[in-house]
Amino acid sequence: MSERAGVTIEDVRRVAELANLELTADEEPRMQRDLSAILGHIAQLNELDTSGIPAMAQVGEMLGGVAEASGAELRADAVRASLDRAMVMAAAPETDGRFFKVPKVIER
Amino acid sequence: MELESLTIDGAKAAVASGEVTATALAEAHYTRIAVEDVAINSFLALSRERAMAQAAKIDGLVAKGEPLPVLAGVPVGIKDVLAMQGAPATAGSLILKGYLPPYDATAVARLEAAGAVLLGKLNCDEFAMGSSNENSAYGNVKNPRALDRVPGGSSGGSAAAVAASLAVATLGTDTGGSIRQPAAFCGVVGVLPTYGRVSRYGLIAFASSLDRVGPFAKTVKDAATVLQVLAGKDVMDATSSDRPVADYVGSLSKPVEGLRIGVPEEYFGEGLDPEIRAAIERVLDGLKMEKCVVKPVSLQHTKYAIPTYYVIATAEASSNLSRFDGVRFGLRAAEAKTLSAMFRETRDAGFGAEVKRRILLGTYALSAGYYDAYYRKAQQVRTLLTRDFLAAFNKVDVLVAPVTPTPAFKLGEKTDDPVKMYLEDIYSVAASLAGICGVSVPCGETKAGLPIGVQVMGKHFDEATMLRVAQAVERMQTS
Repeated sequence: MSERAGVTIEDVRRVAELANLELTADEEPRMQRDLSAILGHIAQLNELDTSGIPAMAQVGEMLGGVAEASGAELRADAVRASLDRAMVMAAAPETDGRFFKVPKVIER
Repeated sequence: MELESLTIDGAKAAVASGEVTATALAEAHYTRIAVEDVAINSFLALSRERAMAQAAKIDGLVAKGEPLPVLAGVPVGIKDVLAMQGAPATAGSLILKGYLPPYDATAVARLEAAGAVLLGKLNCDEFAMGSSNENSAYGNVKNPRALDRVPGGSSGGSAAAVAASLAVATLGTDTGGSIRQPAAFCGVVGVLPTYGRVSRYGLIAFASSLDRVGPFAKTVKDAATVLQVLAGKDVMDATSSDRPVADYVGSLSKPVEGLRIGVPEEYFGEGLDPEIRAAIERVLDGLKMEKCVVKPVSLQHTKYAIPTYYVIATAEASSNLSRFDGVRFGLRAAEAKTLSAMFRETRDAGFGAEVKRRILLGTYALSAGYYDAYYRKAQQVRTLLTRDFLAAFNKVDVLVAPVTPTPAFKLGEKTDDPVKMYLEDIYSVAASLAGICGVSVPCGETKAGLPIGVQVMGKHFDEATMLRVAQAVERMQTS
């Protein structure tokens, strides 16, 4: 990460594509400006020497919560009722009642 | 019935004694919402049918003289990021407009099982991303204490509804300050429980290693009562803890004498509003009068909390929000000819600017070549921030600090500058990253009449001590 993290329009377009976002022509420069400003602020983290410091994904691991990792905390593997299909499908934009319908996946 | 001063105990006693029926109490709240919420905009949807069915059930218990559950007849509201069957769940976003979840979040189900009457869903920043509630697709919420100012965010509707007495208590969520900050801005009590203390099943995820569900209420005792109902292991949330739940309400009656109060010096630096500083100093003087031991502590990595948070939270958000793709629920761009065009067009139409900004930032931080420099680095600094708290809690029982650097700001004041808006969370994000508990308690107001909140932070899973100190602070305000 550079001290002055300058994000280019091409960076914005590349990341938008990765994120499945389509930005309008006036959104692109705004996002370029904002991402540059935020990443510039984030560059402060470089002041810290973190070599040898473990990465922390969530707090459980800092509290000696190793029981989960050993499998002792797993729930019983029992069959339980799941959500009713009709209720779930009722929320779908397009469905035949059994499946979610989507537009063509591969264009020929 | 006087709704302004109505507490959980008051509501329950009135219902139990027959002074008012649960049905009439719910109606009184709906009437007040119809009048007052036009200006405030805290409710996005009302769940009248479900509320009235529950109220009738409570009235039936009263008529038969049966024992009443702890929240019997208490009207509550739910932040719109939590699933509640029979009411829409929008998360403040157009992408979920009209979505009706087919199940209840565990926190919602537990409130209702304890007798609460669910009035409806509360406005918030889109996907809980914001510090002012100005990122809701359904309009700003106004601060009931000053209508030209923000209520804070992201749980702005939840804080405003309690402040305006539109509900006796509400549920909010806090990822980087979204309960504590609006509680401070609106002058109510808001609790961030320890990570893992309250189930997130049915919460629309923003940043899963940070998201928490907690209560807003008018008093510390009410907040403790609601937390008691919410807390505990849930088989539907693997991250919920099976540690025993303390008796929060019972422990409020214990004295605070002898408790060690840490004052983190990094929370009193440049940028802290002088009136807020003075109010916190009055709180510390009061705690000394109660024979608490007040001593300075250092949380030396505090200044890195904001940059750390905005890497981790956005990285997790970019992953969590990939589920909004127009396939299973919510909005779909109907014109799109191919699947990938449908994804992009749906997300473009459905997400607001701040959500897009955070998805882009998180995707950038996780993308090839940047992962170590941003995401891994932030996770390492998160370890340092957490170690700061663990070391401090070896010396003290709780920490006392400001919640926010300023009182509620004006609508539109910070919307043009995301970094300025993010810095609003400077005193709240570190506790979020470290997983500890925190509470915002009103401790006076500015000369202009804006509420000031003080933050009490507790050790992991020690909400009981934290709430005890919070109640001592609350008692000082009235004496």
